[in-house]
Amino acid sequence: MTATASTRERYGEVLVQLGEENPDIVVVGGDLNISVCTAPFGKKYPDRFFDMGAAEQNMVAVAAGLASSGKIPFVSTFAVFATGRAFDQLRVGVSQPNLNVKVVATHAGLVTGEDGISAQSIEDLSLMCALPSFSVVVPADALETEQAVRTAAQTTGPMYIRLCRPVTELILPEDYKFQLGKAAVLREGKDATIIACGIMTSAALKAAEFLAAAGVQCRVLNMATVRPVDSEAIIRAANETGAIVTAEEHLPHGGLGSTVSTVVVQNCPVPMSLVAIPDGYAQSGKPDQLLERYHLTAADIEKSVRDVVRRKGAAATRP
Amino acid sequence: MSALESSSPHVGKQARVSPLSVDELRDKSKVLRQHIVTMTSAANSGHPGGSLSAIDVMAALYFRVMRHDPLNPRWEDRDRFILSKGHCCPALYAVLAEAGYFPVEELMTFRKIDSLLQGHAHIRTPGVEMSSGSLGQGLSFGIGVALAARLNGGTHKIYVMMGDGECDEGEVWEAAMAAAHHKLGNIVAIVDRNGIQNDRPTDLAMELEPLADKWRSFRWNVEHVDGHDMEAVVKTLERVRSMAGPTVVIAKTVKGKGVSFMENNPAFHGKAANAEELEIALKEISQA
Repeated sequence: MTATASTRERYGEVLVQLGEENPDIVVVGGDLNISVCTAPFGKKYPDRFFDMGAAEQNMVAVAAGLASSGKIPFVSTFAVFATGRAFDQLRVGVSQPNLNVKVVATHAGLVTGEDGISAQSIEDLSLMCALPSFSVVVPADALETEQAVRTAAQTTGPMYIRLCRPVTELILPEDYKFQLGKAAVLREGKDATIIACGIMTSAALKAAEFLAAAGVQCRVLNMATVRPVDSEAIIRAANETGAIVTAEEHLPHGGLGSTVSTVVVQNCPVPMSLVAIPDGYAQSGKPDQLLERYHLTAADIEKSVRDVVRRKGAAATRP
Repeated sequence: MSALESSSPHVGKQARVSPLSVDELRDKSKVLRQHIVTMTSAANSGHPGGSLSAIDVMAALYFRVMRHDPLNPRWEDRDRFILSKGHCCPALYAVLAEAGYFPVEELMTFRKIDSLLQGHAHIRTPGVEMSSGSLGQGLSFGIGVALAARLNGGTHKIYVMMGDGECDEGEVWEAAMAAAHHKLGNIVAIVDRNGIQNDRPTDLAMELEPLADKWRSFRWNVEHVDGHDMEAVVKTLERVRSMAGPTVVIAKTVKGKGVSFMENNPAFHGKAANAEELEIALKEISQA
């Protein structure tokens, strides 16, 4: 049984450490500070913790003002509120002036579960990838979360980090090193490449394992940075494996799948398939039930890989 | 490389601005008004109405009340002026040019390709503190700047210029609540109460009154001033520097002030004078 850990709790722990290391780190909250795990920072550094209440537009623009004065603000609330309610402030207030604001949003994706569609952030990657100054990072587990949050504190520029509510499996090796803008090869293979981020990286590894047993060898790329995407790794994967499947817990447009498609179609067209939430809204339910119902399991990835491998073969034998 | 991407800031030859007398400020306002109508006319677009209503208060701030240094725009202890109603950047560009942040000739490039002076204020222009153009964000941004100042032990003031129509935006009231909650005594909001927004009079578009009561109920100090009476403007701005808690100055102004055909005329919210109108406008301003 794989060990598990909460990405948002790990974020909260790292934030407290960063507060100790760097006096310029400040935190801006919009209520929900307990759920997003920033409350411990507030307890330890009350003078650097600013709760703005349930008012996200103000929260984000306050962070912009802090950043313009040399502070490094971490802003946290649920992903639906951080991106949906404050998009204009992220666009005009943070992205256009390129201010050093870190948005760490929790409770993203379908796995927010029982709270239903208003709480399920399945559009946030599309929104955040639309903003030219932002880096967009979707960590695969708590280890990567810790490294991504540290990187955010050390890198100048706006960054969006997407975390989820449930605990998730620790899937990355202990010596894993997150690099902003770089994909990590988690498994080698010659028949196809699965490019995944967030909780779908775990499913991708499982799918690759099933497929290997059936004689289909997959490369698995953990594409934690969705923007700016690692085009080189995508092109290499297309050239060396000839088929690509992307997997994300998000709608198919504007996130990982469409970003990878843009690179593939312009550089190295190969058969591709996108594993993503079918276009539309989901419903309340347990996270695992929702992942199954909306086709985000290892079995769904496996099916897509078989499909692209078949299309690749058909293309090769076409006269 | 365009001017906007230039890494070396355009700075003029003047050193720190020495405070002007009330009479000198009145003369300065005339020059600033002429810049506003001229640059918008040259651009054949822009927002003269709200620039002309706010300019006397901005003249008092930049040439008397605020501590700032055009040769060192990022000087840490400077007072901050945040233009929340970003469409009125012609007023901001006029004061920045006159103060020496960049040459006055730059004003004629306003809104043109590769200009330092974008259609709405942008942080890359020397002296501009915040990118704006979407209403309602300046007070929040100012709170962030004020919180940082308090953390750093800074004694500077943060002035936020807002429009009255801008007070329709919900974020203004989120920010108003937050400034009082966080007990910020280093922030001064100014509402340019010219009574007209994009389409029509503010009170037809969205009833704002009782505006002062709204701010008071959000636990702000409220000051009223005739925004074109230079002596009163200076006195009020100097008095509020030492007030405890957040303070809002509601400046009663006239949209398009100083140009007869622009005054109280919603048409000149977002329209520039043509060549013929410009000639009349410049004459009226100089003879006022």
